[in-house]
Amino acid sequence: MKAKNQRLWLIGLAAVAMLAAVLLGMWALKDQASYFYTPADAVRDRVEPGRQVRLGGMVEKGSIVKQADGVSIRFVVTDGQATVPVRFTGIVPDLFREGSGVVAEGHFEAGGGFVAETILAKHDERYMPPQVAGAMHKSDSLEADRK
Amino acid sequence: MIAEAGLAALWLAAALAALQLALVALSLRGAEGLDGLVRPAALAQGVLACLAFGLLIWLFVRVDVSVALVAANDHSAKPLLYRFAATWGNHEGSMLMWVAILSVAGGAVAVLEKRLPERTLLATLGGQATIALGFYAFLLFASNPFARLDPAPLDGKGLNPLLQDPGLAFHPPTLYIGYVGLSVAFSFAIGALVTRDVGPAFARAMRPWVLGAWIFLTLGITAGSYWAYYELGWGGWWFWDPVENASLMPWLAATALLHSVTVLATRDGLRAWTVMLAVVAFSMSMVGTFLVRSGILTSVHSFAVDPRRGAFILILLALYIGGALALFGARVGTVKEGSRFDPVSREGALVVNNLLLTVVLGLVLMGTLYPLVVESFGGRISVGPPYFNAVAGPIALILMLLMAVGPMVRWRRDSARAVLGRVVVPAAVLVVALVASFLLAPRIGWMPRLGLVVAAGVGLGSLAPLWGRNLLRTPLFTWGMVVAHFGLAVSLAGMASDSAFTVERLSATAVGGSERVGPFTVRLDGVEPTFGPNWQAIEGSVTATRGGTSFAMRPQARAFWSPPTETSEAAIRTMLDGQLYVVLGKQVDETRWQMRLWWKPFVTFIWLGGALVALGGALSLIGRVRRERRATQWD
Repeated sequence: MKAKNQRLWLIGLAAVAMLAAVLLGMWALKDQASYFYTPADAVRDRVEPGRQVRLGGMVEKGSIVKQADGVSIRFVVTDGQATVPVRFTGIVPDLFREGSGVVAEGHFEAGGGFVAETILAKHDERYMPPQVAGAMHKSDSLEADRK
Repeated sequence: MIAEAGLAALWLAAALAALQLALVALSLRGAEGLDGLVRPAALAQGVLACLAFGLLIWLFVRVDVSVALVAANDHSAKPLLYRFAATWGNHEGSMLMWVAILSVAGGAVAVLEKRLPERTLLATLGGQATIALGFYAFLLFASNPFARLDPAPLDGKGLNPLLQDPGLAFHPPTLYIGYVGLSVAFSFAIGALVTRDVGPAFARAMRPWVLGAWIFLTLGITAGSYWAYYELGWGGWWFWDPVENASLMPWLAATALLHSVTVLATRDGLRAWTVMLAVVAFSMSMVGTFLVRSGILTSVHSFAVDPRRGAFILILLALYIGGALALFGARVGTVKEGSRFDPVSREGALVVNNLLLTVVLGLVLMGTLYPLVVESFGGRISVGPPYFNAVAGPIALILMLLMAVGPMVRWRRDSARAVLGRVVVPAAVLVVALVASFLLAPRIGWMPRLGLVVAAGVGLGSLAPLWGRNLLRTPLFTWGMVVAHFGLAVSLAGMASDSAFTVERLSATAVGGSERVGPFTVRLDGVEPTFGPNWQAIEGSVTATRGGTSFAMRPQARAFWSPPTETSEAAIRTMLDGQLYVVLGKQVDETRWQMRLWWKPFVTFIWLGGALVALGGALSLIGRVRRERRATQWD
């Protein structure tokens, strides 16, 4: 193979690979992109039950109910516009409390409730996921968090 | 006075960087007698930047709260190690550390590099000075680490307690050394482009830096993953978090570069591509810095968040990458044709390796930046593990398979039939492993199964280059390649084993009660308060029993008071065949406590593999440097 041909051949191969990658990526993004939902998003978009997503918002005041088994809780996530009831079995992170920001990873059930497999910890008391901060800009507790 | 001295050192270093750049520019334009000053300037700049960083460390160790940065991130009750680490556990300090490492690396190039043509070396040092100048400007104008605070508070606020961990104290320096090593590779590429000198000599000069950067990135990623695993208490080891991606992307680029620079150094092929990759690799470390330091993306672990500074880094990023790409575009025509090779050859295999690595890099970059693009159009979106696993997992498996085959292919030209003959044994192992996996573990998912099977085949295949050789006479860099490739197989085995065989148990256990997890019986003997230098904790005493043997474990729930934060310190017991992982949760009622237990067979292979990969890199580096030294002596 001549040198020039080889170079063209390599460039062609690289172009095909990149194109394939972009197509693969776009296909996957289209399928999986919305990974983070606020309650308002979730109500509006009707996330299909069973799909792995994150739900972010604030834990509604007075909504945490402990179950008898000692490891399960129920609570309500709100973003000021909509609410989603959440079930969780596990150890909640240290900064999980009422009126504080929360990100839950899990899936929606057919009835609109959310089953959390993981509750993500904030690293410090000031942490607020930007998506939640954006959706929650009117919240007082957020202002308190920002100080 | 110390703070003022530090600031003065920083200004002087910046001035020297400007001088260094000017000297290089004048010398390259033909001015005579100036080139002899460039190396001393680079060295002096390195010393001054180090001095500034050293002074900042001193301020932190002394907890001099009249300095704003110290007041915001330090606390006198903190153990000495973490007063050290607090220096780089924040934005300004980590940026100063970055520029100090960068300047030291520049000084090292100036002192050590003797084989490169003088003009190319000058241009390289000019590239280093340009990068350093941007960061000096950033520090001096946008985030001065030495700014005073008046009136001074009584004590500092303290460091984020999650950072109070020996692993994390050394994690940022490790990653930064990796990032900065790539900046040197970038400068070499720029130097070679400026003097139209892209060839094997330049590749050989660049290779140790790429290898060094890659070793540190590997260690950094491995340590970061282990830290997340034991400190966050979720039992997971990789979350596809933007901060993790920020270190993975330079690693992918550096891995591709490492392989292509070998082709250029030994076979004089892939010239333009190697230069391009050097630019991409450094761009990725800049993107990484930008992502971590700007807080523009949601991350469960973004520290030191400030959007305004993100804009500054973004401008630097655009200038450097844009400038480098413009130079590349202008000069790529002058990069002479390298030597040719057959598609079926080591070069060919490395081309495919590079393409696949680039594709993974592109996909991770897409997933990481896509939310930003959408957001700039007013949308809001988040990309998570389902995307990354779907796109990166399968390609990574293909890469692993290729990794086993590649080293068995000869340089320049080989026959497909001969290659097939060489892969028969590993392929047979793969098939046997597949059958065995169905017999031994019929119910695991297909990704973990594939992972286990590929790990077995690749693990054996990666040892093949040693076959039939006198092991004592095998060159050290061949050993390096074998160990690194084998390490990746070990890692893959660990990941697959963790996702296939982990057993989890969540319980509310009364004191005196016990739970079963995997082959263990775990008894909660008691719960009592305990204290540390700047925290108090509830500590569980737990006895785990398997067969006839028992051992004690002590998981803690810690509360720090400055800043007020709680962390859970998991108790982890490492055994030959896996880890038992115990987290103490909340108190449920008078007698019961939440406990989370995991039995994770062979999970340690993940990080053991990472360490092997880094060790392989180190062996390669030593082997290369020794051979080069011998070659220079013969000249």
